Amino acid sequence: MKVAVCVKQIPDPADPGAINPETKTLNRDVKLILDESDSYGVEMALQLVGEDGEVVLISMVPNNERNGLNNALAMGADSAILVSDDALSGSDALSTAKVLAAAIQRTEPDLVLAATESSDGYTGTVPEQVAELLGLPSVTFAKEVTVDSGNVAVKRQTEDGYDEVDCPLPALVSVTAGVVEPRYPSFKGIMAAKSKPVEELTLADLGIETSTVGWAGGRQEIVSIEPAPEREAGEIIEDEGDGHEKIVAFLQEMKVI
Amino acid sequence: MGNIWVHAETSDGIVSSITLELLAKARELGEVTVFHAGADADQAAGELGQHGATRILTTGDLDNGLPGPALAAAVAAKATEESPAAILFGTTYGGRDVAGRLSVKMDAPVITNIVDLVDDDGLTGVEPVFGGTTNVKTRFTGETPGIFLIRPKSFNAESAGGAAAAVETLTIPDLGATGSAKVTNRFVEESDGPKLDEAGIVVSGGRGLGEADNFQMIEDLAGKLGGAAGASRAIVDAGWVPYSYQVGQTGKVVKPDVYIAAGISGATQHMVGMKGSKTIIAINKDPEAPIFSIADLGIVGDVHKVLPALLEAIGE
Repeated sequence: MKVAVCVKQIPDPADPGAINPETKTLNRDVKLILDESDSYGVEMALQLVGEDGEVVLISMVPNNERNGLNNALAMGADSAILVSDDALSGSDALSTAKVLAAAIQRTEPDLVLAATESSDGYTGTVPEQVAELLGLPSVTFAKEVTVDSGNVAVKRQTEDGYDEVDCPLPALVSVTAGVVEPRYPSFKGIMAAKSKPVEELTLADLGIETSTVGWAGGRQEIVSIEPAPEREAGEIIEDEGDGHEKIVAFLQEMKVI
Repeated sequence: MGNIWVHAETSDGIVSSITLELLAKARELGEVTVFHAGADADQAAGELGQHGATRILTTGDLDNGLPGPALAAAVAAKATEESPAAILFGTTYGGRDVAGRLSVKMDAPVITNIVDLVDDDGLTGVEPVFGGTTNVKTRFTGETPGIFLIRPKSFNAESAGGAAAAVETLTIPDLGATGSAKVTNRFVEESDGPKLDEAGIVVSGGRGLGEADNFQMIEDLAGKLGGAAGASRAIVDAGWVPYSYQVGQTGKVVKPDVYIAAGISGATQHMVGMKGSKTIIAINKDPEAPIFSIADLGIVGDVHKVLPALLEAIGE
């Protein structure tokens, strides 16, 4: 079985940088790391393919950054396709999906995995857009995934519980965080990652017009970026054995107790 | 501003609260049509009409197929004929599925995580970023109707007293392979007390609890206060509690009267989901924890001491 996993390299959420006032996008010239949300998809793929399968990573960046990709290769993925092109800067969800779908198509996978949403943009629409572009059925928000004889069975998160969904392959599944425990790359894995094939492609290689992605493809404009009204901090006190009394008094004042 | 189309989500004829929230805003902006998947459009027509919808476009029963591909294909065909000014979705599991598929079908971009819509030389969405410290306003510049995904609790649902909406059945085009995923079983996770996103009091726990067993203190406190228990993403990812407990960007958005955060430092991911609470109480041992910057009452202390004392003080 061949599984393609969409992975995103993002600025470290602990230090996300700032919005560039000129381009009105997040400055991404900081070091990029593998989005933690995507580590679940990589782990899921590795578990599903077992010994004889193949895991291919699919990623896109404007600036051929590979740091996050190397991390996923070190976890055990076999190869990667990295779409890197200046014109990708400013890409919205639909443009992103168009590029990922074109790259995935080259690998002809049995299953495509993605996170439910990235930790920086969090639109949460890319997996479903990729599925539609590829003409695939999809099951989003998976909390359990098993593959058996050409079929994928998924427990899909719902507002008040979960659904069991059956879907014939090829298909796309988006996985929630916590679906599996991602492994840490071993030293051996880190060394091996350096020699794994990473195919670097431009938009031209994929036959995508630069005007359909990036800034031009988004067909939207940022009108303004303003500080939100701040919420004032209230009373902060050090607990000296009486912290709970302060809370009780507060709750009484709120007429909760 | 023309016709506004809204994704209506229902369960056994009951309209979901986010749909009613969207309708409250949509009817201010223009004439409202809703689109819907399922067999219960007739049952829901009264409530949807009361909240401002004049027409329901429905797929009818989908024979356990997931709604995304069928509803998106049917709505795309209809929208091409009628050119609505904007198409609104709630940020829900189902809403994102339909919106993603529709966006491709119509080659229309989406603007997501919206908390407000304003008519400012074209419909403009307001999106909070950086944990809600900054608001970004975005509008569409293209020809296609804009698709907006709106976060729960952005608007107040309110009945407008309209007549029942007219039900119209959509034609579903051939879906090919995309329609082949089928629901084989549905499970509802029962929980005592109010639902997390509807509770007046929410008590949430985070990594500061130290270990999974200590989450019982959160459940106990929520129970005593008649509220719901929630969690940060960190302990959901760690497997201490199910995903349905998660409060935040990826989980539920809550706006209770009182929110108690115990052992939660206040990552952006979490703050986005609870910042709208009327009052916030935070307990954390790190005085620098970001959660204190938005707390009405902050206790710098050990949750393992403060929570048991609090439980005892409140008694039954």
